[in-house]
Amino acid sequence: MIMRWFSQVFALLDFNIRSLPKRKGAAIAAMFGIAGVVAVLVGVLSIGQGFRRVMMVTGSPDTALVLRSGADSEMTSILGRDEARIVADAPGIARADGKPLVSPELFVIVDLAKRSTGTDANVALRGVEPPAFSVRGDVRVVEGRPFAWGRNEVIVGRGAHAEFRGLDIGSELSFGQNRWKVVGIFEAEGGLPESEIWTDAAVLAPAYRRGSSYQTLVVKLASAGTFQQFKDALTADPRLNVKVVRETDYYAEQSRMITLLITGLGGIISALMAVGAIFGALNTMYTAVASRAREIATLEALGFGSSPVIVSVLIESMLLGLAGGILGALGAWAAFDGYRAATLNWQSFSQVTFAFDVNPPLLMAGIASALAIGFIGGLLPAIRAARLPVAIALRQA
Amino acid sequence: MMKFLPLLFATFKRHKLRTLLTVLSIVVAFVLFGYLAAIRKAFEMGVSVAGQDRLVVRHKVSLIQLLPASYEAEIEKIDGVEDATHATWFGGIYQEPRNFFGQMAVKPEEFLKMYPEFVLPPEQLEAWTKTKTGAIVGRTTANRFNFQVGQKIPLQATIWRPKDGGSTWTFDLVGIYEAASKETDTSNFFFRSDYLQENNVWGEGQVGWYYIRVADPSRAEEVARKVDERFANSPAETKTETEGAFVKAFAEQMGNIGAIIRAILTAVFFTILLVAGNTMAQSVRERVSELGVMKAIGFTDAQVLFFVLAESLLIALVGGGIGLTVAWFAIAAGDPTSGALPVFFFPPADVIAGILFAFALGLLTGLIPGVQAMRLNTVEALRRE
Repeated sequence: MIMRWFSQVFALLDFNIRSLPKRKGAAIAAMFGIAGVVAVLVGVLSIGQGFRRVMMVTGSPDTALVLRSGADSEMTSILGRDEARIVADAPGIARADGKPLVSPELFVIVDLAKRSTGTDANVALRGVEPPAFSVRGDVRVVEGRPFAWGRNEVIVGRGAHAEFRGLDIGSELSFGQNRWKVVGIFEAEGGLPESEIWTDAAVLAPAYRRGSSYQTLVVKLASAGTFQQFKDALTADPRLNVKVVRETDYYAEQSRMITLLITGLGGIISALMAVGAIFGALNTMYTAVASRAREIATLEALGFGSSPVIVSVLIESMLLGLAGGILGALGAWAAFDGYRAATLNWQSFSQVTFAFDVNPPLLMAGIASALAIGFIGGLLPAIRAARLPVAIALRQA
Repeated sequence: MMKFLPLLFATFKRHKLRTLLTVLSIVVAFVLFGYLAAIRKAFEMGVSVAGQDRLVVRHKVSLIQLLPASYEAEIEKIDGVEDATHATWFGGIYQEPRNFFGQMAVKPEEFLKMYPEFVLPPEQLEAWTKTKTGAIVGRTTANRFNFQVGQKIPLQATIWRPKDGGSTWTFDLVGIYEAASKETDTSNFFFRSDYLQENNVWGEGQVGWYYIRVADPSRAEEVARKVDERFANSPAETKTETEGAFVKAFAEQMGNIGAIIRAILTAVFFTILLVAGNTMAQSVRERVSELGVMKAIGFTDAQVLFFVLAESLLIALVGGGIGLTVAWFAIAAGDPTSGALPVFFFPPADVIAGILFAFALGLLTGLIPGVQAMRLNTVEALRRE
């Protein structure tokens, strides 16, 4: 019984697919419509994925940031040297060679011209001390050399180098009355530092009249589990007025605006396009069914059941969806994966460079939505095909 | 004319479903069009309204570096400068970070003179000059949080800590300003710079940036150069540019994301129109023999053309009209990014552009088959299947 049902479905499907070349135009239009939806969906979401990846790579659960309480980002935070010393004595901090792994950092913004438009953009200039390289273990110089401590030298992130003018090794930057020499380019496994410029905090502080203050302390914890102990010790200390956040939480919050922007816009665009594509698929399948009304009726008269008719039409429409989905997903992957862009991160008021990220889950989501469009677009026409009164259909010209 | 209507409706009814689907896809296209317009506006952030005669002077290193308050008198001495005033970014948080709106400390009278596009009732301006803790807010933000004149507005400081040791600044709302034109951004909150200067822990004498009004807009570049020369080699060098260039550069910071989204939307819009247009043209081509009959029974060429055009125009305008209306309400209902965009509205100029697009769509899709139908040899048409 079941075997017969399947053989009916396959017979119909074979018949449908062999008649496809006769309906080339409509089928191709529907397929491309679906491919377009998938390409846009995958493309737009890959922007958000790429941005998120930068932020996720940067944050690590066993690292904490200490900011002045009330500060919403590094920009607005300020901590004195005394406070930094008190923090370094807190429990729960990882140690190397007996010294606590605490990196006091300065964070200022400088204007650099974008390579693409020539207009000024806010670029983060970070002043660090030696512990920075052990606390943020993933930073390594890949071209040139590290900056020398105590000299007006900087190293620039790979992303910043690609996005902004004047950051080639050997060139000089002038901010205010200070000149800085670019001596190296560094990578940070795709993380946020790659959008920044780094130099010695001891040189940066007088240039920006920061005296002996820092903006943030980046703290390597003994383990992810000691965060609460560390935080409690700091918040309970009456000498301090600080806020302690886990680095992963901090960067998740930093990417919130952009993620909202991309997912909000991407969502609404994709939803509207999907509706448009469903109309396209409906039109195609209705035409397909209408043009074959007579054949379908003949088959039903011969004893084919109506459920195989429905299933065969649905499968045909989903196959169109699948083809369109694969086409669109591959197109988006070819066009967008790795595409480099930069945008302003509102929370830190500085540029973040990132690459669009078309990853397998995104591709799967794209193809799944193509199948869904094919299914919805095929369902109503399939039901109509099955319900066609045989006698009337046979009489049709 | 009237006799055409039943005929017109008969054609729609023949393929009811196809007509419906075509209209619906046009609706979708125009809803997208609406979002496209709103997104473009949001990413432009008011570039179009920047005053031609206004310059912005900021610290050369970065906008976040402050400038000495003493520069105002110096700038006003420069030839070609009509007026100068300053503003300082406050960056406070109202209740929670997501409730973002711009807050600036300004000198009330000077600032409003510099920005005549902000319209504040005279009695509210008077109240502002009398209240040191007074502040005014634009209509958009007032409506967003239901602010009323007379209310106290607490803001959490992020940059400027108050002297009393806490972190909250409390302002008295003395006025709500309106926009002189719809393009004007009325989302910002302004309070008195003397209050900021006297009541913050960092001390007095530092401001964010300056605005200059030049006497002659054609000399704006020259004045900008003179300002920068005046402060060259000082501890706080400046960068001066027209307000338009300043706002545009700021918008560019958002980067190619806006451009990419716009490119995608534009492609989608035209693709949907192409597909819908093709369907509409197709349905005319299918009826060539009927049009032949119409001509055979005495319809003139012009009448046949009109008939075909009326059909496609009606579909396009109904679809476009519904789409634009839906877009209008959907966009007014809220921005899909929960506040990540500074402004989000459907600009009226684009509504008109949308109507014109719908009209053009109807005309183009109807014209080609319509002209073909008009030129049709009656005998030839009748002979076709």
